[in-house]
Amino acid sequence: MFAYIARRIVYVIPIVISVALVCFLLVHITPGDPLVAVLPADASQELAAQLRTAYGFDRPLPVQFGLWLWRALNGDLGNSIATGRPVLSEVMRAVGNTVTLAIFAALIGFTLGLLFGLIAGYFRDSWIDKTATSFAIAGVSVPHYWLGMVLVIIFSVQLNWLPAVGAGPGGSGAWAWDWDHLRYLILPAVTSSVIPMGIVTRTVRALTGDILSQDFVEALRAKGLRETNVFRHVVKNAAPTALAVMGLQLGYMLGGSILIETVFSWPGSGLLLNSAIFQRDLPLLQGTILVLALFFVLLNLLVDIAQAAIDPRIKRG
Amino acid sequence: MSTITDLVLQAAPATKARGYWATVGRRIMRDKVSMACALILILIFASALLAPWLGLADPYQGSMIRRLRHIGTPGYLLGTDELGRDMLSRLVYGGRLSLIIGILPVILAFVIGTGLGLVAGYVGGKLNTAIMRTIDVFYAFPSVLLAIAISGALGAGIVNSIVSLTVVFVPQITRVAESVTTGVRNMDFVEAARASGAGPLTIMRVHMLGNVLGPIFVYATGLISVSMILAAGLSFLGLGTKPPEPEWGLMLNTLRTAIYVNPWVAALPGVMIFAVSICFNLLSDGMRSAMDIRN
Repeated sequence: MFAYIARRIVYVIPIVISVALVCFLLVHITPGDPLVAVLPADASQELAAQLRTAYGFDRPLPVQFGLWLWRALNGDLGNSIATGRPVLSEVMRAVGNTVTLAIFAALIGFTLGLLFGLIAGYFRDSWIDKTATSFAIAGVSVPHYWLGMVLVIIFSVQLNWLPAVGAGPGGSGAWAWDWDHLRYLILPAVTSSVIPMGIVTRTVRALTGDILSQDFVEALRAKGLRETNVFRHVVKNAAPTALAVMGLQLGYMLGGSILIETVFSWPGSGLLLNSAIFQRDLPLLQGTILVLALFFVLLNLLVDIAQAAIDPRIKRG
Repeated sequence: MSTITDLVLQAAPATKARGYWATVGRRIMRDKVSMACALILILIFASALLAPWLGLADPYQGSMIRRLRHIGTPGYLLGTDELGRDMLSRLVYGGRLSLIIGILPVILAFVIGTGLGLVAGYVGGKLNTAIMRTIDVFYAFPSVLLAIAISGALGAGIVNSIVSLTVVFVPQITRVAESVTTGVRNMDFVEAARASGAGPLTIMRVHMLGNVLGPIFVYATGLISVSMILAAGLSFLGLGTKPPEPEWGLMLNTLRTAIYVNPWVAALPGVMIFAVSICFNLLSDGMRSAMDIRN
């Protein structure tokens, strides 16, 4: 197991460096001089030249990348142009809220997805299968930012049950685990949960169907095993793949939260990314994307290891 | 991925009986859901294409005195938007841009990805490693994040949003194409072509392309659903087209301010995105099961 983990970690290093390279180059595909972003509008030629040297923009690109990577490894992602605060602390504060939202959404989406998927796969072609499959296909096809709007219309505008935007009473204040704050979490979490619900349902349904059609299930039944115990075998065989899909979905929710967070003004990394884009705050944009992508890589690594832990066949593969 | 390869492998025996694609065509014509989806899509496409000749109101002509009329107001079948423009007309005209920015990235990615995957799968070796490892880098980003990152860095605009979505989909299609090609490469008829002196380009174009295209096409059809949602999403964020251009994602954004006045009119553009997205998804599912001759 340790050898497997070590090998996985070694594989991840080139990925991490490439991710950093993409994030680094992002600033260089922006139209115009990257310096424009850090330069006051009325800057003189001398100041521009001075800053160019200070930021190292006059060096060759590979050298710039090396320097940038070295600083990033030391936790220095530069300062936000809009607020002047270090990018890393801005991002980490926002990521906390995104994680809270993603975990709640995952709880809803994965629970429903596993339930629907198992039932649909078990009773294939029954009305229950057709209903679950329809839910799943609607879940993966719905523009979730629109669903968010519709839920706001129903539960905030019309029924006035739940708040429409924000993450707590009285502005953005700190998050707390009480009903006053949890109310704000419900609509965004339900909205984010529909895609993972749909994908997990579809995956688990297909898996269950495949497993049930295998010979060993026939053998279990022939042996006289009760159906509930057969079901346990199905769950056990479906677990590694289901786990991988759920890990990926959790990663998508963490990294792709910008639309949901914009609809609900949820103060997470997505909203931060949104303001970085529209204020042309390039260091913040770059830093947020780097941190989110690294989270995603890390999550994938953990899923790989967890998968190998429950399914020994993977280690050999 | 193995199921996709299986589909290709089954193509050969079916050819003898009736012709594989004829069978698939017949099977899909009998599928009611797929046909209903195809019909809805044809209607949406045709109305978008023929919008100027449908006798609709001017989608740009607003009026301060008839803002946010309700659905069913006489003369304004689907109401009016926050600037008093006819919603029905804007939804129909909106299809033009929305469909282009939603579908074009998939078409571009289909061409580029199929090319890359075919070469990687056929040539193999170091070239395969180089292409596929580069592709892996893009898999290290959640697709929404990658689209936002590129679009956000390039700045708002239709071309930029198409470019960013193409970059998101090329790796996915390349992976499918590579896996299908690898499955076909070692089959006897390819070996026979090579033995009879065909060059690599001829083998890829004549003997392999036809066998790998089907599964990649089905996969790409499913991607259109995601692409529609993402493309409209970029516009929704303000990274796509600019007002007053009618586009479903942008309309959803500008109408957000109206949800307290006339909520259901505000939700309409999303219905269009949802309809196109779900129809492409169901159509892709229908094609996949029609191509799976085992059923």
